[in-house]
Amino acid sequence: MTTMTQTRKAAAAAGLLALAALLPLAVTEPSQQNFLILILMGAQLGVAWNIVGGYAGQVSLGHAVFYGIGAYASTMLLLTLGLSPWIGAPVGGLVAVLFALAMGWPCFRLKGHYFAMATIAVAEIVQVLVTNSDLLEGAVGLTLPMDRGGLGWLIFLSKLPYYYVALGLLVLTVLASWAIERSHIGYYFRAIKDEPEAARALGVSLTRYKLIALSVSAFLTALGGSFYAQKEMFIDPGSVLATSVSIKIALIAILGGVGRLLGPVLGAVILITIEEYSRTLFGSTGSGTDMIIYATMIILVAVFSPSGVLGLLGDLRRHLPGGGRTAAEPGKMEARP
Amino acid sequence: MTADILIQVLVSGLLIGLIYALVAVGLTLIFGVMDIVNFAHGEFLMLGMYASFWAFVLFAIDPIVALPMTALLLFAVGVIVYQTVIRRILKAPMLSQIFATFGLMILLRGLAQFFWKPDHRLIPHSLVSGNIALGPVQFGLPQFVAALGAIGVTGALWVFLHRTRLGTALEATAIDREAATLMGIDGQKMFALAWGIGAACAGLAGGLIATFFPIFPEVGANFILIAFVVVVLGGFGSITGAFLAGIIVGLIEVLGGFLVGPEYKTAIVLSLLLIVLLVRPRGLLGKA
Repeated sequence: MTTMTQTRKAAAAAGLLALAALLPLAVTEPSQQNFLILILMGAQLGVAWNIVGGYAGQVSLGHAVFYGIGAYASTMLLLTLGLSPWIGAPVGGLVAVLFALAMGWPCFRLKGHYFAMATIAVAEIVQVLVTNSDLLEGAVGLTLPMDRGGLGWLIFLSKLPYYYVALGLLVLTVLASWAIERSHIGYYFRAIKDEPEAARALGVSLTRYKLIALSVSAFLTALGGSFYAQKEMFIDPGSVLATSVSIKIALIAILGGVGRLLGPVLGAVILITIEEYSRTLFGSTGSGTDMIIYATMIILVAVFSPSGVLGLLGDLRRHLPGGGRTAAEPGKMEARP
Repeated sequence: MTADILIQVLVSGLLIGLIYALVAVGLTLIFGVMDIVNFAHGEFLMLGMYASFWAFVLFAIDPIVALPMTALLLFAVGVIVYQTVIRRILKAPMLSQIFATFGLMILLRGLAQFFWKPDHRLIPHSLVSGNIALGPVQFGLPQFVAALGAIGVTGALWVFLHRTRLGTALEATAIDREAATLMGIDGQKMFALAWGIGAACAGLAGGLIATFFPIFPEVGANFILIAFVVVVLGGFGSITGAFLAGIIVGLIEVLGGFLVGPEYKTAIVLSLLLIVLLVRPRGLLGKA
């Protein structure tokens, strides 16, 4: 890769970040700011999922378990010990890492759909256990205290501060993902995904690197869960531990482009927009139109462009006259079985 | 007294287990023939239930009488799904395969919600209703008929696969796709057939339980996870395995619910999935 493209990429990233930072100046309506926050949250979860599901190719359909751990850990620490989420969220992240290690150690012996199924099972079991736990208020859920606010407690009256916290969390997650992508760990992840036998033959411990991928992803997903709790001020098993949450996280990454740094960000923009706008366009949430639209997109992406919308855009660009730069196309890797 | 309760519990476990077996048989057939896990299988069951519901509401045809029609309809759905989506992802990465059938699952749920509303619906009085009492043990006639139907359909499928030319060709494709192709078996046709039959089995299960189970767009979610457990326990691709495993899972679910508490039923069954995956990934009767 030349320094030229490096510089261009850095400039593009800085431009994108500046745009995101200035966006709330143009979008002042609280409901629209909320919509932007939802996109940032979705993007953060998608980027986190991508580390294990995209780079390392281990499809988890149980990420809600890490999300839920983050949400419940920071909330419980706040409610019982009066700890700020600045402490509670990283603690939740560490709990999620421990859980990821305990779950990954046996489950990573499974390949492909077997692993995916095991992750669904684990998340569903945890949801049942939490729903029936007296300590965690079961199906009733937990409400955050209304008596404090400000940056120290990450509780705000207006949407704007949440927007910047969500943006900060997304930037952190993207940086972590970027660092992994560039490091030797990232190479091992891709080797595990594309050529597991060759990787093993070269002495790469498959389980060890799969565990690293899952742990990093779990930590970041848990931070997203803590943020959700702070923003909504209320959590229950249905909102943070349900399989539908796991599916949405994975879909965001798949839709945008698996195994690409910013694929999930694009995926979140598309998915959250469809979700929110079909809701306002077609009225009630129960009409199913949002499901129909994004299911159709998922099927189209799965059938025609395994590397997601980002991959599709790349393909288009290559077919346009003058757009023939084909060096280092990460999409090529994803298209392999 | 306790013995009576235990027998009662075992009987209801057996009855529901046979339904699980029928749902799982279709899933395992598809997997056995082409190595694709159909996440939309529960939605085939849901469509079977709605087919029965509308046959009842619009044409006053009882779900039990409508079964052949339900089977044909779902066979067609299965073949259409294969021809439009699955055929194109046969050689795609696993991730695409998972998400194609996942997308189908969400699409079918969304369509059901769009056209038929998210309401829970019931078929009020079917031909089969009321209870049967055998000494101290009581069970519903609809559940009993559904279980009998499940045995009949699974049995018929077994006979088809082992005693007919077309069925043997399907089995051969499942055992060794390339060798079967060399023998002149049209692989594409077999795949479409597997999807047709798989969907029809799920649809029949839907028709059979429509007499006593609420009908709503997400009803498939209740069955797909259990069907996975059954398929894994029975051994991916094994019809006989799925039949036995269905009964075992039904018994464990009901017994577990009885001993630990009904709210833990799902967790118990899913723990069984994890245990089987980790201890004996090929299941009871699966290929090594």
